[in-house]
Amino acid sequence: MGGHVVLGVLARSLIGAVGLVAVATASRAAEPIDIAIGYLGRAGVPQTLSPLDQPAADDGVAGAKLAIEDNNTTGKFLNQRFTLVDRRVKDDEDAAQAANELAAKTGFILADLPADALLKVADSLRGRGITLLNVGATDDRLREQDCRANVIHVAPTRSMLADGLAQYLVWKQWKRWLLVTGSHDKDKLFADALRRAATRFGAKIVEERTFEDTGGARRTDSGVTLIQRQMPVFTQKAPAYDVLVAADESEVFANYLPYRTWDARPVAGSAGLRPASWDPAQDQWGATQLQNRFMKLASRRMDALDMQAWMAVRMVGEAASRTNSGDTKAMSDYLKGPNFTIAAFKGTRLSLRDWNLQLRQPILLADGRMIVSVSPQEGFLHQVSELDTLGVDRPETKCKLQ
Amino acid sequence: MLMKMISPTDQMHHEKRGLSETPIRERAMNEERGRTGRDAMSPHQISDRGRDQRVASLAGKARKPFPQRFNVAAGLLAAALSLAAIAPASAYVAFVSNEKGNTVSVIDTDSWTVTKTIKVGQRPRGIAFTRDGKFVMVAVGDDDTIQVIDAKKMEVVDTLPSGPDPELFAQDAQGKTLYVANENDNTVTVLDLEKRIRIGDVQVGVEPEGMMLSPDGKILICTSETTNMAHFIDTATRKIVANVLVDARPRYAEFKSDGSELWVSAEIGGTVSIIDPAKREVTGKIKFAVPGLRSEAIQPVGIALTKDGKTGFVALGPANRVAVVDGTTHEVKKYLLVGQRVWHMEFTPDEKYLLVTNGVSNDVSVIDVAAQKVIKTIQVGELPWGITIAQP
Repeated sequence: MGGHVVLGVLARSLIGAVGLVAVATASRAAEPIDIAIGYLGRAGVPQTLSPLDQPAADDGVAGAKLAIEDNNTTGKFLNQRFTLVDRRVKDDEDAAQAANELAAKTGFILADLPADALLKVADSLRGRGITLLNVGATDDRLREQDCRANVIHVAPTRSMLADGLAQYLVWKQWKRWLLVTGSHDKDKLFADALRRAATRFGAKIVEERTFEDTGGARRTDSGVTLIQRQMPVFTQKAPAYDVLVAADESEVFANYLPYRTWDARPVAGSAGLRPASWDPAQDQWGATQLQNRFMKLASRRMDALDMQAWMAVRMVGEAASRTNSGDTKAMSDYLKGPNFTIAAFKGTRLSLRDWNLQLRQPILLADGRMIVSVSPQEGFLHQVSELDTLGVDRPETKCKLQ
Repeated sequence: MLMKMISPTDQMHHEKRGLSETPIRERAMNEERGRTGRDAMSPHQISDRGRDQRVASLAGKARKPFPQRFNVAAGLLAAALSLAAIAPASAYVAFVSNEKGNTVSVIDTDSWTVTKTIKVGQRPRGIAFTRDGKFVMVAVGDDDTIQVIDAKKMEVVDTLPSGPDPELFAQDAQGKTLYVANENDNTVTVLDLEKRIRIGDVQVGVEPEGMMLSPDGKILICTSETTNMAHFIDTATRKIVANVLVDARPRYAEFKSDGSELWVSAEIGGTVSIIDPAKREVTGKIKFAVPGLRSEAIQPVGIALTKDGKTGFVALGPANRVAVVDGTTHEVKKYLLVGQRVWHMEFTPDEKYLLVTNGVSNDVSVIDVAAQKVIKTIQVGELPWGITIAQP
């Protein structure tokens, strides 16, 4: 560390300094290049079982705002200025029309939309040189049979999340799973990913159960007593298992399971140990600084959707600084090209899978308090990138980009 | 299917035999280095590791008598003409900051042992001797300050008014001015070391980290980790005069002693950029490739260059290696296997040895510079990070 002795004065560096001051002053006088980034999100937030999981009204967009600030800190040295155009669509509103309005102002649009709406938007913008950055939808089909050349996926897929969890459970030697799935479509899709992960990494699903959503409020004044009676009974008479894995993206039952299972077993999946791209507890690899900046901006810690939006906006910023331009085509070519990588406080560089434009990334496993582990786990090897042990790999892909 | 995995049954097998699930090639290398891959722990090995650490800390306490040796030496100094005539040529003192342990380990480079463990503030990282050699400054990020250790008393005697979350810093040749990178507010703080007050600050990119003064003292380099730039700051005007874009997450900057080259490591980019300080542009890039190691694991951090500029050493983080680089051609000559997650490094003043900190394996590797070989491993505190060695 440190320790240098002055060895003499270098006249030429002084001359160089004077010259560069002149250049810098000249460029400062020029108007900055404006780069607008759109954010197309859903109006309203979903209901969760735990009030602690309830997303804030600015969930996602707050991450995008922080990345705009970060891009602008860099941008002031490169004469680039970033702005965010936020547009929310209600469930009955036409997302494609909203996207077209945004497309008049910007070449890059972050999308936090359900799979079908995202596809509609992608197809309506086709051929217009607009790049969509999917920050919300985890559906594998968007990267497989329904992949689109104008959509970059920043959110991880369900299969990446399930593989990240499975690798840890197998490492932990918890290989016998009791799989409990909710009755909604997205719960079933997550269960599919978990089954695939079990086969891939050598775990065994000893039994499957379905938790029917019979409706009703998620919170009631006398609810706990009833749940305490229901959950042990629901998990009774299971074959010997190591861990209960729950697939409940709909937030109907999974968080009722920890401490209430008939057998004393840990819970993972949609409750207990949960896989995610990010977690408010994450503070490794310099993430403390990111969390501090986020706290200053949003008065809360950063969750997965915030981080996915932050990464997406930072990717656009990275493309602008690396190509030293605000040209949409040059920037999107850079993002889709072989030289693109980005740092995102996850201990490794992230890059895009060129076959389906999915961002490679580690998966964090968190219990709601702490980061328990980060996958890929050691020992799961891959000849290209160990991050490709997570999710659908090149030889298995059904994607034909067009 | 391209994916290869060590099957869980193989894994179990290894664990039963007391080995870890570290990939086979890596394990072979570890064995070559004379250690098992014990940090890739299986659940069954955790208790062993805990025991190791307890032993280490006990040993640290047991070695307390060493400072007395210093007193004896001081007594001898009065009688003898020169201490140098008595002491072996290589007797230097290295101070190592232990990020998790909240301690600083003191290493005697004659016996290669830890002679003292000093309690400091929270999360000590950047560490350096003052120019007069009397004090050691250590940035304790979570306490938002820089602590000053009396190098003789080996205890914290003062604090400096750094900005929030200080990590690395640089001081001028006179030891009068200190420049501190404050990661939390995108600022470089300028301190008057004599008056111990803040005398200014410079706004830089997102998450400033690496700090280095040019040999002539006229330019301060600050690397910002999320902006991915090396900022050139004129030390007279405290204004940024140039910004050079490098690869992702630049963490450390080092000049050749003649000022002809600036090397900047990019942790996530996996490269070292060679910058011409006069033109202020990247003229070359050092890339690294270790057979059998995924490229993401190669994360360059600390850099050391010999005074003649002929050899460079680059710490490669979780690749567990130090690269030996030809200072002229910028070709990588060799990879030296060190401990796990190698961070920073410092030469002994005679340049015979290079000491590197290994964050995950809690030790310091000693490299024989001429032989380009690791000759020693010294156990220090928890998660060693920075290192500084007193000039004679």
